Amino acid sequence: MFLEINPLVLPDVGLVFWSSVAFIVLLVVLGKFAWKPIMTAISEREQGIENALAKADQMKAEMATMQGETEALMQKAREDRATLIKEAKEQSDKMVAEAKEKAKSEYDRIVADAQLAITQQKNAALIDVKNQVGALVVEVSEKILRRELSNKTEQESYIQQLAEGVKLN
Amino acid sequence: MVLRSLKSLLVLAFSLFVLLFSNSLLANDSAKTTMEESPAGVHEEKEGSFNVTETILEHIKDDHSWHIGGHTSIPLPVIIYTDKGLEFFSSSKLVNEHHEPVVYQGNYAYKLIEGKLKAVNESGELDKELSKKVWDFSITKNVASLLISVTILLLLFLSVGSAYKKRGVTSAPKGLQSFMEPIILFVRDEVAKPNIGKKYAKYMPFLLTIFFLILVNNFLGLIPFFPGAANVSGNIAFTMTLAVFVFILVNINGNKSYWQHIFWMPGMHWSMKLFLAPIELIGVFTKPISLMIRLFANITAGHILVLSLICLIFIFKTIFASAIAVPFAVFIGLIELLVAFLQAYIFTMLSAMYIGMATEEHHHEEAHH
Repeated sequence: MFLEINPLVLPDVGLVFWSSVAFIVLLVVLGKFAWKPIMTAISEREQGIENALAKADQMKAEMATMQGETEALMQKAREDRATLIKEAKEQSDKMVAEAKEKAKSEYDRIVADAQLAITQQKNAALIDVKNQVGALVVEVSEKILRRELSNKTEQESYIQQLAEGVKLN
Repeated sequence: MVLRSLKSLLVLAFSLFVLLFSNSLLANDSAKTTMEESPAGVHEEKEGSFNVTETILEHIKDDHSWHIGGHTSIPLPVIIYTDKGLEFFSSSKLVNEHHEPVVYQGNYAYKLIEGKLKAVNESGELDKELSKKVWDFSITKNVASLLISVTILLLLFLSVGSAYKKRGVTSAPKGLQSFMEPIILFVRDEVAKPNIGKKYAKYMPFLLTIFFLILVNNFLGLIPFFPGAANVSGNIAFTMTLAVFVFILVNINGNKSYWQHIFWMPGMHWSMKLFLAPIELIGVFTKPISLMIRLFANITAGHILVLSLICLIFIFKTIFASAIAVPFAVFIGLIELLVAFLQAYIFTMLSAMYIGMATEEHHHEEAHH
């Protein structure tokens, strides 16, 4: 058989036995006292790093949300301020407009009253003038009538004189 | 993406670091190998011409004693089990003062024949029938080297493991811990996760053990002097054992759809199903066999290459051959460092892939028919 021809490929029972013993001893002893603590420690450390990273990410996200919240609050405050200012402006504009309106109507009323008063006074004055003219005419006519009786020319110059003396206003 | 490329960079840096670090070691390597080689060469020459194949195979093969250099070898304990029970004795009893095999009388008569312990008859000749009863559990060179690597791994990772326990998870890794963590993470993120998927954590101890065991043995094999130089990860017995463990793990964890895909491929005509079943069944076994052969062949080939280059000096019998042989050996040695890492990675990755294939959920299959 080929195996017996070449001593290199013929496994010795002794070495097989001792290799098995060596391997099993290594597997058991190292498995318990080396590989287990090493692998546990490494995976624990990795887990720790992973956790720390996750925590950092979480913190970062929290920071971001907090920042976002602050930003939103700021934005809201700004908007509120703008609204307030706008409302105040509107209010004041309205007040000014109202005041203007009121002043204008008051003015109109005063003007209208004044005009009415003027018209009334004018009418009263005209009535008064008319009355005076009437009275004058009556007086003049009386004097004319009295003078007519005596002198015709005198009568006419007198009328003239009288007429000049009348001042209508 | 950035993380991924960073990891690749780390791996690259690690490989480079290892390459540069062992540069001085390798210079030593060639020198030492040369030294190691020369007495053997001289020895061979006394008997006749220098036999390259024998010299190389001697270094590749397992041995009952650990050759240090020159005429010194460390004798290793021999443990054998026969029908007469267990026997322990030193391997120094199997050789005489000239390192030639002699007969040792235990429960039976034993002798090293071509480096392997065999039972012999009174006249010192191989007794095949009796040899079949001899179970050799000796601490050979490879076993000793394997035990050294197990010790290294235990010291290394128990200290790293305790560092994690002691320093907690909040502090950054330090020293050895920070050197090992990228490699462990590499196995987890580049090997286990993409190939197995969600259930990767369950298989991490297996994958890490197999990865570092192969890696350390590969590196030890590249060291040319005493604590290293054994060809453990280039030994078929070692790779076979690992492959068998992968085979067992894969098939124990194989889910319903895995077995269904092997024996009764869904979405096929019944004749195709019948045709595919044996092919798929063979595939179950070829996967671990390919793992076994790949690691064995790659590491052995590397050792043979370096040794062949060094042997050039003895083939040409001139010191000037070293001008070519040594730089080439250094070059190949550097490549071997890469291969050492690469093979450990490939073995682990393919194991992870097989596990992934066996535990994959096939929800989409129902939609096909």
